Amino acid sequence: MARFGMVIDTKKCVGCMDCVVACKTENNVPEGFNRDWIVQDARGSFPTVNLEIRSERCNHCDNPPCVYCCPTGASHIHNLGGVVLVDHELCIGCKACIASCPYDARFVHPEGYVDKCTFCIHRVEEGLDPACVSVCPTYCMYFGDLEDPNSEVNKLLNSRKHHAVLPEAGTKPQIFYLE
Amino acid sequence: MDNISRRKFLKISATTISAAATLGAVGKITADVNKISGNTTKGLRKIPTFCDICFWKCGVIAYVKDGKLWKLEGNPLDPLSRGRLCPRGTGGVGSHYDPDRLKSPLIRKNNRGKEEWVAVTWDEAFDYIAQKMQDIKSKYGAESIAMFSHGIGGNFLKHTLKAFGTNNFAAPSFAQCRGPRDVGFKLTFGEDVSSPERTDIKNSKCLVLIGYHLGENMHNSQVQEFSEAIKKGASIIVVDPRFSIAASKAKYYLPIKPGTDLALILAWMNVIVNENLYDREYIEKYGFGFEQFKAEISNYTPEWAYPETGIEPDLIRNTAYEMAKYKPATLVHPGRHVTWYGDDTQRSRAIALLNALLGSWGRKGGFYTPVSMDLPDYPYPSYPKPTKPKVDNPDLKYPFAIETVTNGIREATISGNPYPVKGWFVYATNLIHALPNEDETIRAIQNLDLLVVIDVIPSEIAGWADVVLPESIYLERYDDLNVEWFREPFISLRQPVVDSPNDQKPNWWIAKKLAEKLELSEFYPWENIEDYLEYRLSAGGYDFEELKKTGIIKGSPQPIYFETGVPIEFPTPSGKIEFYSLQLAKAGFDPVPKYKKPEEGPPGYFRLLYGRAPVHSFSRTQTNRILMDMYNENEVWINKFIADRLGLKSGDYVKLKNQDGVVSNKIKVKATERIRPDCVYIVHGFGHNSKMLKFAYKKGASDSQLIKRYVIDPLMGGTGMNVNFVTIEMEV
Amino acid sequence: MNEITNTRMNPGIDPSLSIWNWEIPIYLFLGGIVAGMMIISGYFLFKGRTKDVECSCFLVPFISFILLSFGMLALFLDLEHKAYVWRVYTTFKIKSPMSWGSWILILIYPILILNILIRIPDFLSKKLKFLKSISLKINSHPTAIKNIGLVSMIFGALLGIYTGVLLSSLGARPLWNNSTLWILFLLSGLSSAAAFVHLIAKSKYESHLLAKADNVFLSLELIVLVLFLIGLLTSTQVHISAAEFLISGNYAPLFWVFVIGLGIIIPLIIQLYAVNNKIKHQPVAPIMVIIGGLILRFVIVNAGQASHWFNAGMLK
Ligand SMILES: Nc1nc2c(c(=O)[nH]1)N[C@H]1C(S)=C(S)[C@@H](COP(=O)(O)OP(=O)(O)OC[C@H]3O[C@@H](n4cnc5c(=O)[nH]c(N)nc54)[C@H](O)[C@@H]3O)O[C@H]1N2
Ligand SMILES: Nc1nc2c(c(=O)[nH]1)N[C@H]1C(S)=C(S)[C@@H](COP(=O)(O)OP(=O)(O)OC[C@H]3O[C@@H](n4cnc5c(=O)[nH]c(N)nc54)[C@H](O)[C@@H]3O)O[C@H]1N2
Ligand code: SF4
Ligand code: SF4
Ligand code: SF4
Ligand code: SF4
Ligand code: SF4
Ligand SMILES: [Mo]
Repeated sequence: MARFGMVIDTKKCVGCMDCVVACKTENNVPEGFNRDWIVQDARGSFPTVNLEIRSERCNHCDNPPCVYCCPTGASHIHNLGGVVLVDHELCIGCKACIASCPYDARFVHPEGYVDKCTFCIHRVEEGLDPACVSVCPTYCMYFGDLEDPNSEVNKLLNSRKHHAVLPEAGTKPQIFYLE
Repeated sequence: MDNISRRKFLKISATTISAAATLGAVGKITADVNKISGNTTKGLRKIPTFCDICFWKCGVIAYVKDGKLWKLEGNPLDPLSRGRLCPRGTGGVGSHYDPDRLKSPLIRKNNRGKEEWVAVTWDEAFDYIAQKMQDIKSKYGAESIAMFSHGIGGNFLKHTLKAFGTNNFAAPSFAQCRGPRDVGFKLTFGEDVSSPERTDIKNSKCLVLIGYHLGENMHNSQVQEFSEAIKKGASIIVVDPRFSIAASKAKYYLPIKPGTDLALILAWMNVIVNENLYDREYIEKYGFGFEQFKAEISNYTPEWAYPETGIEPDLIRNTAYEMAKYKPATLVHPGRHVTWYGDDTQRSRAIALLNALLGSWGRKGGFYTPVSMDLPDYPYPSYPKPTKPKVDNPDLKYPFAIETVTNGIREATISGNPYPVKGWFVYATNLIHALPNEDETIRAIQNLDLLVVIDVIPSEIAGWADVVLPESIYLERYDDLNVEWFREPFISLRQPVVDSPNDQKPNWWIAKKLAEKLELSEFYPWENIEDYLEYRLSAGGYDFEELKKTGIIKGSPQPIYFETGVPIEFPTPSGKIEFYSLQLAKAGFDPVPKYKKPEEGPPGYFRLLYGRAPVHSFSRTQTNRILMDMYNENEVWINKFIADRLGLKSGDYVKLKNQDGVVSNKIKVKATERIRPDCVYIVHGFGHNSKMLKFAYKKGASDSQLIKRYVIDPLMGGTGMNVNFVTIEMEV
Repeated sequence: MNEITNTRMNPGIDPSLSIWNWEIPIYLFLGGIVAGMMIISGYFLFKGRTKDVECSCFLVPFISFILLSFGMLALFLDLEHKAYVWRVYTTFKIKSPMSWGSWILILIYPILILNILIRIPDFLSKKLKFLKSISLKINSHPTAIKNIGLVSMIFGALLGIYTGVLLSSLGARPLWNNSTLWILFLLSGLSSAAAFVHLIAKSKYESHLLAKADNVFLSLELIVLVLFLIGLLTSTQVHISAAEFLISGNYAPLFWVFVIGLGIIIPLIIQLYAVNNKIKHQPVAPIMVIIGGLILRFVIVNAGQASHWFNAGMLK
């Protein structure tokens, strides 16, 4: 089985939000809503500052509470790559999944169902990278199969120091940030 | 689905994208279209064009689904975008759908600036304009009409006005932007840096950025190359009073006191020269006046520079060693928007000299030599000869101005000297935000008999116009061909992707119709712009139909470095790199740059600095709903310690008041460890005061409004704008 | 120094979670009080004490029916995709408390109806004559009544527990993610239910009895609340920060004054005096308990939404 994940090189990311804009147009994310976003994490005091910039989105967790808590099965693990998806036709909008996500990755779409990053599965199934990955002008995002030892994502993880966001929440996030 | 095919899909992806762009259609690899996406290839068209959210002109593939604009991606054939746009380019979709766009021609109903209009037909608008133009011509001469424009779209209107008889054309990209840099480099190497910059960032092993905030400044190829340099482990040195995004990538961050960069650069050169770290062979062969230069800079030690710049002598030395270590693949980037303090040409010249010491001009990892395609111009009849010289630079007051000085035209319009200016055409430049001191701009406007603004949204400058002409946005029109000077030769095409939603028209149509009203039809021998494009392309031996499909025609690669065969020429008076400039000496300027202390602000004031947000272009994207969704008001960066002292925290609203009492709109505080305590910083382009810009109105504060003072660069007329100071007023 | 900026601004999510407004606390409160009522009436039915405590056994199920329906209505109003609500009943998700809850609610209605049928209120039996015969049938089997009582207790307990588990299973919110929350909600439901019967029962005996019970529930509730806070305070920084919301943060005034003070301690004191016949029973005490129970749900739901892993000062 494939296990899709992302590896994002914070050394190259400039926080330009192209990934966010691309997600908007690709997926028609309505005005005022975001499936992905940028976190700037600055530590230290002037002029000795360390700044980590992260392009964040649903982590497509391996242990996804949002799926477990869903009463209808709308939130589910897709049969391809462990991607966590929401079936709009099954979602009743109870918002339990929103409350369950430590990353606040979900939101209520104006049409009533809960929405979030899909890892652009419609593109991935056509052999393309997710929209955010494919536009990034710094080429800092990598998408691929974490279970394939020869995938670029795996090579990067094996060769570079990395971390996930909030692993202590225990959801097993599948997006990794290279340091 | 089994995993082998899945893996294959992922591998194929990269090749698919480029193949798709070439062929104009993605062959679908799987029939399994996920129901979530609703994305089918039915009714999908892909049309190549190029971007106009800024002037980098990246190649775009526009996706049109069922006749509606869906998304914009980079054209992989395009050397500028390499298949990836910057966030503004990707968000260009929002410009097409912008509900605040101008919809029909407007004629002013009331006093100037009142923003009361009557919607008229194009014909009525042209009648009105042509009449006024003829009046001005008969009273003052055709030269009394000037045009401000920015971008390739202005070409046709310029053509019409040249045919009418004027020679006064200016863009803010010179005197408010890169002018000093280009003059400084031209004085030194005989050639300027031009746009897109000829900087070989991706191959540089040591990259020095002096207030050049890549990552926030999103000029696409430069950002892509910046990331490539990071990936290759280039040593990065960033000099900026603010801990910019680029600073966060740097090995050395130099938190310089604003306005003292020249001291730092002189000290660097002092170290490199005194410790014999420069490229001796290069300078012996190509340098002119090196000994005089060496003597001039002998006193500028790091110890001398320390109290000026606030940068420790050791840090100055170590960074100088770092640069020398990687020479000639060390690139001291000349920056772009360099109109900071009024001594900007000399600072830029110092940067040129530092590069010369490192031998980076013409070398891999330094400055390459751009190449371009040969494409003949359209054979128009020759223009009438203007009877007066250009109005902006009387008696060569700015002896080294190599382009027209916007503020020179403005000055002449106010004073009537050397001759009156009575008509302005303003194409795609929001002069209220682009020029410093908006009062002067308005005073000049009040002297006009005619102000025509061609814009896409009701910008501030449109608010002052007599006639406003609504242009189709770049995705809805043809423009002139982009024959770029870059790493490799290519031509790119802008072509319509979707229709204009209302009565907007493309600039070529506007220019042609106006010419017809002015009885200048002989200057438009072509019926339609497609005829014009077809003609030019076939004259060059290229196929228009092919270009429509690919968006890009490339020439064969040519050498771009001295070491690979570029002829080594320096078109200066001496034919060499001028370490000592006789031209400058003769004109009464320092032949080798000298440091002058910047003027300090009043006590309790902070120097106002400004720059870019990655998701906005100047003052032109604040009605683009997609980009505004990313960043919808600017913030004032205040050092955390200072903010604490003032009792301010992030998110509070304040107003900024400058040294002359000008008060800004309210603006949010960003209390941060990422800026020096002696300055504040805001993103340029916000704080719109045109009521017609409903969405952008009063969102954030305008730096332009606060930039009341400016210092003119005596060499070339540029306006140093980092010379204003503000205090922080609590918002009640 | 640690400076975090986040460009996300999703409605209901940022700057802090506020997806659940009045509907969910109301629902949790009504669910809790109904749970308590079912346990109480079930207990007496099971014990066969229908004569002593008529209100508990025969009026309370009917009131429960109405309150639960209001609760369900509140829950329904909270749904964002209302037309799809039936999807809940096309599946059962074993890991989802929400799914459990939905099915429990569906089973509770027949139990309440059976309970009501034991003695049908006059206005109903007049209109729907056939009910009378069902009622007669039930009453002819004393074990049936006993069993209805048992089932009522079991499902009441499930309902009460579930209202707590619903929140405590949401691990992303440190305040909720606590194993005592279900006991707290169960006890609070019981204390509110007992207070309610105490308030409305016509019989002095029943009222007095329920006041006594209420005192037990309130004392236990107080202990569990203390354990709940200690549990948080002795856990990780995120949990400590979450507890601080209640102890000293934005929700502290509501929590100390209305939940602890007016909601538990003062009514407990009044009722202790009353059951020991030092003073007469005061309607004010049970009213305070009920309001306290309601505010407890609001405080826990709102403070829980505000509590976050990132609040710990490490990230956000
Ligand atoms: N205070 C301050 N002043 C500055 C700068 C700064 O940072 N701060 N930056 C300076 C620099 S570097 C530069 S290059 C200049 C830039 O100056 P400008 O190029 O003048 O920039 P904008 O303010 O964005 O004005 C562009 C105008 O063109 C309009 N426009 C956009 N697209 C089209 C189109 O397709 N057709 C037509 N007809 N109009 C269009 C927009 O609506 C807007 O009104 O500003 C300079 N001035
Ligand atoms: N996203 C985006 N990108 C753009 C544009 C845009 O509108 N939007 N416009 C494009 C254009 S035309 C231009 S010209 C460029 C402009 O972009 P640049 O040439 O990179 O930048 P400037 O606006 O001159 O400078 C801003 C930076 O200089 C720093 N600075 C201010 N004062 C000083 C000083 O005294 N010394 C030093 N060392 N640093 C100082 C500021 O802190 C800030 O980081 O951006 C281009 N790219
Ligand atoms: S597009 Fe790439 S560089 Fe820009 S913010 Fe997103 S991940 Fe970072
Ligand atoms: S990030 Fe949140 S929404 Fe995404 S899988 Fe994990 S828990 Fe679910
Ligand atoms: S809101 Fe929708 S997706 Fe989320 S838990 Fe409820 S039904 Fe499932
Ligand atoms: S993977 Fe697709 S849906 Fe997810 S953030 Fe990227 S573009 Fe948006
Ligand atoms: S740099 Fe960005 S805005 Fe400028 S032309 Fe390229 S894609 Fe468009
Ligand atoms: Mo510029």
